[in-house]
Amino acid sequence: MNLEEYKGVYVFAQQVDNVINSIAFELIGKGKDLADALGTDVTAVLVGSGVKGLADELAEYGADRVIVIDDPELKEYRTEPYAHALASVIEKYKPEIFLVGATAIGRDLGPRVSARIHTGLTADCTQLEIGDFPMNPVPGKEQKHNQLLMTRPAFGGNTIATIACPDFRPQMATVRPGVMQKRERKPGVKANVEEFNPGFTPDHKYVEILEIVKAVSDTVDIMDAKILVSGGRGVGSAENFKLLEDLAEVIGGTVSCSRAVVDAGWKPKDLQVGQTGKTVRPNVYFAIGISGAIQHLAGMEESDLIIAINKDEGAPIFDVADYGIVGDLNKILPALTEKLKAEIAAK
Amino acid sequence: MKIVVCIKQVPDTKGGVKFNPDGTLDRAAMMTIMNPDDKAGLEAALRLKDEYGAEVTVLTMGLPKAEDVLREALAMGADKGVLVTDRVLGGADTWATSQTLAGALRNMDYDLIITGRQAIDGDTAQVGPQISEHLNIPVISYAQNLKVEGDSVIVERQFDDRYHVLKAKMPCLVTALAELNEPRYMTPGGIFDAFDAEITVWGRADLKDVEDSNLGLKGSPTQIAKASDKVRKGAGEKVNLDPAESVDYIVGKLKEKHVI
Repeated sequence: MNLEEYKGVYVFAQQVDNVINSIAFELIGKGKDLADALGTDVTAVLVGSGVKGLADELAEYGADRVIVIDDPELKEYRTEPYAHALASVIEKYKPEIFLVGATAIGRDLGPRVSARIHTGLTADCTQLEIGDFPMNPVPGKEQKHNQLLMTRPAFGGNTIATIACPDFRPQMATVRPGVMQKRERKPGVKANVEEFNPGFTPDHKYVEILEIVKAVSDTVDIMDAKILVSGGRGVGSAENFKLLEDLAEVIGGTVSCSRAVVDAGWKPKDLQVGQTGKTVRPNVYFAIGISGAIQHLAGMEESDLIIAINKDEGAPIFDVADYGIVGDLNKILPALTEKLKAEIAAK
Repeated sequence: MKIVVCIKQVPDTKGGVKFNPDGTLDRAAMMTIMNPDDKAGLEAALRLKDEYGAEVTVLTMGLPKAEDVLREALAMGADKGVLVTDRVLGGADTWATSQTLAGALRNMDYDLIITGRQAIDGDTAQVGPQISEHLNIPVISYAQNLKVEGDSVIVERQFDDRYHVLKAKMPCLVTALAELNEPRYMTPGGIFDAFDAEITVWGRADLKDVEDSNLGLKGSPTQIAKASDKVRKGAGEKVNLDPAESVDYIVGKLKEKHVI
């Protein structure tokens, strides 16, 4: 493998139902930082059926070029045709870096593609930068420059590791949604759009879709919320979430929850924050009756301001809270909601 | 029907993680468990066995002591255990691990391979899909439900806001979510039999169609540049007041931070 042949930062522009997922813009944003450091540009790879019209949106968020792979076989996500699409792009264009969102799609697609083309893949990255590998010179070992250094949590968020892929290309990573910053959208900006179709012939690896069942949810995506009022097992019951909903309504927030709440059947999974749920970083995160298991902290500790209410003084949530209140949520929340209502009305 | 379930012995991260003085993980000091997603995969296989009749083999790669996790699986009802262990396989990333397991699987009969979605130590979710690629068979990840119909599997595949009901012809590979089921307990008789059961132990030489350059630390495309204990931002203020004072305190802070 001649590593020098591989150039440019590529990102997988995930879309579902022909709506681009926010992760695509986040990857373009981070991709631009990496491309600037390497003196190259960012290509978004858009895969689907009837998706060409979405290319402009990718350009407006910073993509310099968009490769569109448009084919009826790609209408719904299926591992094999999507893996074939990305592997074909990599073979033809030889990118230096390829980023994919660590979503339920990307975490299936990324490994299949990396295995097909024989390169390394670092999962669920929370930080990406260009640097040297080894990071400090080691006698007798060549120090390679301009490498992608991929940082990720492991062991349930207890450790962090920085990984490199010095001898294979592209350097591939899946990136946690909600962690990287999008660039500001610049309406009217155009990218160089290129269509490419490697051909899709169904074989034994193409699975058949019998049914698509969409979850019914009319709530705001918790990843987009500025204020989250999040409840845990300590809330006590599904009915008692009313206290959190009232507070959220007054303060313009959205209700989310911990895994224990989903397991108990009090709230649906799309409201779950944490390692097996969503990563959020709102301006304010109220952690109410949440003990703060490490898997939960991994999904919310980057929030700007964390306010925790818990009756257990030793709850680990207090280790990451900016303001911790030891007390009974059943007494504090109704009074807090009333007081905030009065404060806001007085403005 | 022949089912192979890939399982992993992992440190139990629930009780916290212990480190050696040099910052590496002190695996010896930590309790080990069968990885939860893998255990759900095993349970799914055992239910298929109960319903349709199947031979269930559990396969793991690890240190010799990983034999324990195979015996646990046998005590739950698996029929055979295969341990792949060899010094040259150590230090493997997901590429080298999937190459190793694929090499073992090429020497086994299977209609269905089940892996957990991800292991709680690495959390990568890569090894299952990578094995399927090496074996050139279909993969369905994130299974929340699994059944067999004729020569196919019907799987509910979870996504963020929906699930797809997918059908794949066997042989194929499915990765299981812990939500798939509630794994059964070992039975006393099962534990007794598992204690004496013979575990098949394979080394490098027993792997089929795998080159040395794809195994172990040397065959791993990804390399660790740095590993460290997670630095948390640290606790802020903590107060213990009566409810009315608590409310004033929170409102005061929200004003100070211009939230209201």
